Amino acid sequence: MAAVTRVKGQRRVGMTGDEAVAYAVKQADVDVIAAYPITPQTIIVERLAEYVNNGELNAAFIPVESEHSALSTCVGASLAGARVFTATASQGLALMYEILWIASSMRTTIVMALANRALSAPINIHCSHDDAYAARDTGWIQFFAENVQEAYDLTIQAFKIAEDKRVLLPTIINLDGFILSHSLEGLYVLSDDDVRKFLPPKEPVNPIDVERPMTYGPLALYDYYYEFKRAQAEAMKNSYPVILEVFKEYERISGRRYAPVKEYGMEDAEVAMVILGSSAGTARYVARRMRERGEKVGVLSLTLYRPFPEKEIVERLRGVKAAIIMDRSYSFGSPGAQLFMDIAAALYNEGERPLLINAIYGLGGRDLTPDQVEAAFRAAFEAAKTGVVKERELWLGVR
Amino acid sequence: MLYEVRWHGRGGQGVVTASDLLARAALLEGKYVYHAPEFGPERRGAPVRAYTRISDEPIEQHFGIYNPDAIVVIDPGLQRAYDTILAGVKRGGLLVVNAKEVDGELLRRARELELKVWSVDAFTIALDVFGRPLYNTPMLGAFTKASGLVKLESVLEAVKERFKSPEIVEKNIEAIKRAFGEVREVV
Repeated sequence: MAAVTRVKGQRRVGMTGDEAVAYAVKQADVDVIAAYPITPQTIIVERLAEYVNNGELNAAFIPVESEHSALSTCVGASLAGARVFTATASQGLALMYEILWIASSMRTTIVMALANRALSAPINIHCSHDDAYAARDTGWIQFFAENVQEAYDLTIQAFKIAEDKRVLLPTIINLDGFILSHSLEGLYVLSDDDVRKFLPPKEPVNPIDVERPMTYGPLALYDYYYEFKRAQAEAMKNSYPVILEVFKEYERISGRRYAPVKEYGMEDAEVAMVILGSSAGTARYVARRMRERGEKVGVLSLTLYRPFPEKEIVERLRGVKAAIIMDRSYSFGSPGAQLFMDIAAALYNEGERPLLINAIYGLGGRDLTPDQVEAAFRAAFEAAKTGVVKERELWLGVR
Repeated sequence: MLYEVRWHGRGGQGVVTASDLLARAALLEGKYVYHAPEFGPERRGAPVRAYTRISDEPIEQHFGIYNPDAIVVIDPGLQRAYDTILAGVKRGGLLVVNAKEVDGELLRRARELELKVWSVDAFTIALDVFGRPLYNTPMLGAFTKASGLVKLESVLEAVKERFKSPEIVEKNIEAIKRAFGEVREVV
């Protein structure tokens, strides 16, 4: 890593998405890391193991025999007051599934990197958003990185958001497997000092203390379980303003502005595309070219996925005639894939709302090409023109 | 200006590292870069590709490279996989091959596509310097000269940044410099 340009004391370096996440975690000065290796997340944990081994990071690195144990270890460590990190993908996330619910309901502040990978079968190591969507209802805050810089920045910010006393919720940073995890891009990294100031040591709430015994995760039947869930629902809602606050504070130290939703061309867009992850750039790349030809297209990409930035999306889609909702996954037997259902639900009570088309793309790492993006925009223009959605579900680039 | 390179070789020859080093060298010159390895099952000897995208502007596109400006064939045995290595290359683009003698049919096809063809005997360089067929850094040296895309010094700096062992750094620098000096324009 060599310095090239300096922006506010930052170094410009070349890193893969995985390396950038590991570097951010090191700078966040975590106390405990427990993970089980799985492609395409492996490099994150390998780098962290090196940092711990060579003394650059003073943390307990706990090797475990499965992802189920990895997340269980993280839950215990987080409740004991530690700043905790784990990383996984696909099948690994699936094996963590029951603990995902426990981690959020017990209000741990674990930060997890999820290098998005398709669920088996057939076995595949490449990108789908199946795993992110599988965690959708489990009570974790979720972010999507579009590039390596965002993977780095969001990881640092995630600790501050998760550990805020108004939040206390575990948080996932999604980065597209291989497209970001294993690809090298240039990024600016903060100085260790700036990260330390931004992210002081965790101040745990009611940590496990042998001198002051308490009960964690007790049995709660119809007497209290319901209230626990309601409190959790409130915590998720309350996280939203805290996220905005943290974004602002991060902008002050980094010069990089984050928002729940990124937009391009939405001021006067007739048709729009809504998308998650690394393909957002590809969508904008196509949109720019179409705009040069006078076609009014826009792109909305979500940096924040849970809590769902409903209000922002509804506002941005006002005046749009037809929108393409892009899903890198599929929900079998459902009335549309996952992001489509979110957006359809968010728009339902609006008087004026766009027609919606659901485009499935990129499953198992299939490349989303500019031609596919343009074809999806064409379908939206057709719907906008005729006022009718001929096919609600498109499968882009499928043979 | 956007410039895209596709690297062809076989598992174990350091194809991905060559692309990574080019990206790092461009990054050192203040450019924007995207280096993506193609991940299939990575068996030693299986054909492997890697991609480098370099630009003066921020790179937002995350799709594959289909119409490269340049192709570098790291493995000498892949010279005759004409359709594979020439697929989608831009007319008037650059082809850099590892060969004692460039295959006649490849030259004929390259002429049809108006490609500029450069070649170097990276096999001999690799055996002299490393004692084994590590063609990646010599081919990076050859590409650096043939394309003029990045400075030789930036590539050498990237090597120093990427490898920790002084001995490995020294040998790779030697291989790069030699290939940079020996590569010749064929067409």
